[in-house]
Amino acid sequence: MSAALDPIRLRARLAPRTLARGVIAFAAFVALNVAIAALVVSGALDGEWYDFRDLGLGVQQLREWLDEQTADQPGWLTDILRSTTWLSYLVTALLGATGILSFVGGVLLVLIWVERRLIGRIQVRRGPNRVGPFGLLQPVADAIKLIQKETLIPVGADRVMFFLPPVLVFIPGLLVWAPVPWAPHMTYVDTNVGVLYLVAIGSLATLAIFMAGWSSNNHYALLGAMRTVAMMISYEIPLALSLLTVVVLTGSAQLSAIVEWQSVHNVWIVVLLPLTLFTFFFASTAELNRTPNDIAEAESEIVAGFHTEYSGMKFGLFYAVELGNAVAVSALTAALFLGGWSMFGLQEWVPAYLLFATKVAAVYFVLVWLRGTLPRFRLDQLMAFAWKYLIPLALLNLGVVAIEAALFRRWEGEGVVVLGGFALANGLLTVVAVRGWARFLGYAPEREPLLRPTLTTGVGGLRAVDRMRTTR
Amino acid sequence: MPRGPRQLAGRDVAARLGAALPAAVAGATDERVDIAALSIVEALRWLRDDAELDAAQLSNLCAVDRYDHFEVVYHLQSLDRNHQIVVHARVEDYLEPELPSCYPVYRGALLQEREVYDLMGVRFTGHPDLRRLFLWDGYPGFPLRKDFLQIGGHHPGLPGFPFETAGRQQR
Amino acid sequence: MTTASDPYVLNIGPQHPSTHGVFRLRVVMDGEHLQDVDMVVGYLHRSMEKLAEERTYAQNIPFTDRTDYLAAMSNNLGYCLAAELLAGVEVPERASYLRVIFAELQRIASHSMANGTFINDAGAWQTPLMYMFREREKILDLFEMTCGARLTTNYMRIGGVAFEPPPEFYPAVDALVAELPDRIGEYTELLVDNEILLARARDVGVLSPADAINASITGPVLRASGVPWDLRKAEPYCAYDRFDFGIPVGHHGDCYDRFLVRLEEMRQSVRIIRQALDGLPSGAHKTEIPLALRPEPGEAYARVEGPRGELGFYVVSDGGPAPFRFHIRAPSLINLSLLREMAVGSSLPDAIVTLGSLDIVVGEIDR
Repeated sequence: MSAALDPIRLRARLAPRTLARGVIAFAAFVALNVAIAALVVSGALDGEWYDFRDLGLGVQQLREWLDEQTADQPGWLTDILRSTTWLSYLVTALLGATGILSFVGGVLLVLIWVERRLIGRIQVRRGPNRVGPFGLLQPVADAIKLIQKETLIPVGADRVMFFLPPVLVFIPGLLVWAPVPWAPHMTYVDTNVGVLYLVAIGSLATLAIFMAGWSSNNHYALLGAMRTVAMMISYEIPLALSLLTVVVLTGSAQLSAIVEWQSVHNVWIVVLLPLTLFTFFFASTAELNRTPNDIAEAESEIVAGFHTEYSGMKFGLFYAVELGNAVAVSALTAALFLGGWSMFGLQEWVPAYLLFATKVAAVYFVLVWLRGTLPRFRLDQLMAFAWKYLIPLALLNLGVVAIEAALFRRWEGEGVVVLGGFALANGLLTVVAVRGWARFLGYAPEREPLLRPTLTTGVGGLRAVDRMRTTR
Repeated sequence: MPRGPRQLAGRDVAARLGAALPAAVAGATDERVDIAALSIVEALRWLRDDAELDAAQLSNLCAVDRYDHFEVVYHLQSLDRNHQIVVHARVEDYLEPELPSCYPVYRGALLQEREVYDLMGVRFTGHPDLRRLFLWDGYPGFPLRKDFLQIGGHHPGLPGFPFETAGRQQR
Repeated sequence: MTTASDPYVLNIGPQHPSTHGVFRLRVVMDGEHLQDVDMVVGYLHRSMEKLAEERTYAQNIPFTDRTDYLAAMSNNLGYCLAAELLAGVEVPERASYLRVIFAELQRIASHSMANGTFINDAGAWQTPLMYMFREREKILDLFEMTCGARLTTNYMRIGGVAFEPPPEFYPAVDALVAELPDRIGEYTELLVDNEILLARARDVGVLSPADAINASITGPVLRASGVPWDLRKAEPYCAYDRFDFGIPVGHHGDCYDRFLVRLEEMRQSVRIIRQALDGLPSGAHKTEIPLALRPEPGEAYARVEGPRGELGFYVVSDGGPAPFRFHIRAPSLINLSLLREMAVGSSLPDAIVTLGSLDIVVGEIDR
């Protein structure tokens, strides 16, 4: 009997109070939507700003307006402004940063709760359910607790180096959100080198983590830091290669353009490039320190890895960044492989950012699920997997996709047929390459079949062992 | 009759052992074989390698303080033949007890001999790593000895049951 | 070119997530590879053997709960068998059956814990442990129902068991026995063919049968090495000779086999409990023994197949009211004899998995 069908839980879920709460929340949601619809239909707005879809557009308009304002008025101030246009960038950057910070902060508070509840469910227990409705305020309570706690500094720690990493690791954790395309135009920095930017930002945290491990003056922390560095450097390569594959296929490194490409061709890249998705996702879990690749902070081996000695809010920052990065990776997976905000035309009817958020949540669920289920690899196994398995396969995949991309440029007209052919070919390639390369590397489960323990009823020592060996 | 259900009678084992190693056997009862302290390693090796007795495993090793001497007790067992042999070695010197280590014969003695050394103070010569196990280096005395707490006028053991007013045994 | 560096000494423990208690491993590492392993124990030493010399035979039963606190029933049983052997006490039939039922329930609970923490050491973040705790909880509920305690049961007595199980015990244990095979099947499905677990535990911490026997290793660890040795078959105490069950025997002697052997033993325990419940005879649940039990001078060594191996109690009497000498043969401690050989040369994660597969209980190591 699964936990979901447990009669006690079912009764709890359908209790009248819970039902009433649900009904009220649903009514409020509907009322809000009706109000927005009424506002749009009434024509009070000019139609350009009818939901959050054009938030990005608003920022863009603000910048243009600022530019105009500064251009119109002559004077020494305008000269500086015109030559640098720094004011508009400063304002929009501040807006963007505030937006990202508040958004990521809000999402984190919810997702910590989501993750703990989900893992609770996976582990046949309840998860936090005491603080606030459904335990939703638990992350807030945890944050308050962490802020109140004394920050312990180990004897012999390098104080400056010890204080810097939580901050340093937080910066890339926020920056990575900049090019994420939430909806058409709803991107903070829609740079045309978005993928390159992601790779660059993604490797920044390594340095901070190594600083943390080294400055803690703790053996476990140093081991964890060494592991992190080794792993991050190794897994940068398959990660970058898989991103490159997507870029080669779509012909753009701009994230919004990649989503647009998927929307125009009515296909998700995961269908075309399953192997790339696997490479990207696996490498990402390694970068994220999540199971099955969480060796950098393998609890059963090196306690907490690089942040063993961090306490209070410093630890909280590491923890938050870790979760935030998990969400960011979910967002990137959704944007690059799962069609981003596009949903085969549904984005015309439903706010696109909601579609995107749904996909992000789905990928995040997979991450939580993996964490709740799988054991952990060993460091050498993971390194071998990166260098001997993922990188050759990613290179092969990149070559194949490069040829496919060239063919696609030529036969752009028959999009559906060509893309269907690519999907088939790449699916086949994935199966053949994964299996074949595993065989080539010596993986042969049938050569040494798994022997279950045999049941005997007689006792004995070494002679009995020999007897059993010969009879087998 | 030996007490253990699969225990070999000590006299039979002593007879066999005495035939092979006459100097080793110091005595025997139904339950156990007494072995001279100095030849304990050869005796155990013989018991382990003998095809009939086949004492392949050292099941238990501990020591008993007998006030004026120590007894080191070895419970050996044969897995193939499914029997048990109890061997005692008498360590005469109460102040500086020493016994050859049986680690060369049974690797399972590694921690058990350390434990006996730690708590009873019997020094096993030839043990590769004879350190204290539970207590720290420099701990005064060996707690399982009967005279361990006599410093404060404490007598070991329980003199009698609390309700036994008459006939209280005093040692 | 070779470079030399100072040895990197890492203290795993006394407080560490995977030492399962206050157990300390002092390892010398070169990168991730272990060059030397030294175990430091004794943080939980309570000198039980000395304490027992000043308490009567009956008063010593509660101490045995506290040695291996995950298998209190087995400890109670082993000690009571030793005292009965020494004093020549006969145990009624019903008491023997009840003892078997509770010892086997305890084995399931202990193996659940062992396997759960083993998978936890292999890195699965608590999930299998929680699953196995679910069953362990039910078993502990049964204990509580019967004797009022969950961990330190103090249930066996010299000459029988302390209490008759209450009437509500039987439907509860029937329900548990009925559902346990499914639950064990659930773990099997989740874990046994897991590639990652195979990669982590297969061929790690291998112990050859000859080494295992020579190093006094017993219990599931010995059986995983391929030696069919189980005291329940070899030296049937209580009523084990009346039940039909098998001894699972591994083939490789690695950590993965130990895990499988424990899983299979849980299944076999369920079989035993079912048979014992079916054949539970009526009668007294204990014989009356004199309160002032003074066994004849002599010695007795009784052993049971505890969840961790041969759990032996060596009791010497000088005719007094208290044991003259009381020694516990602790399988947790003795199974560690070859830890150094198994761990040196492997890497830190392998050593942790190996330690987890040996299933130590620090209360029993230190006593």
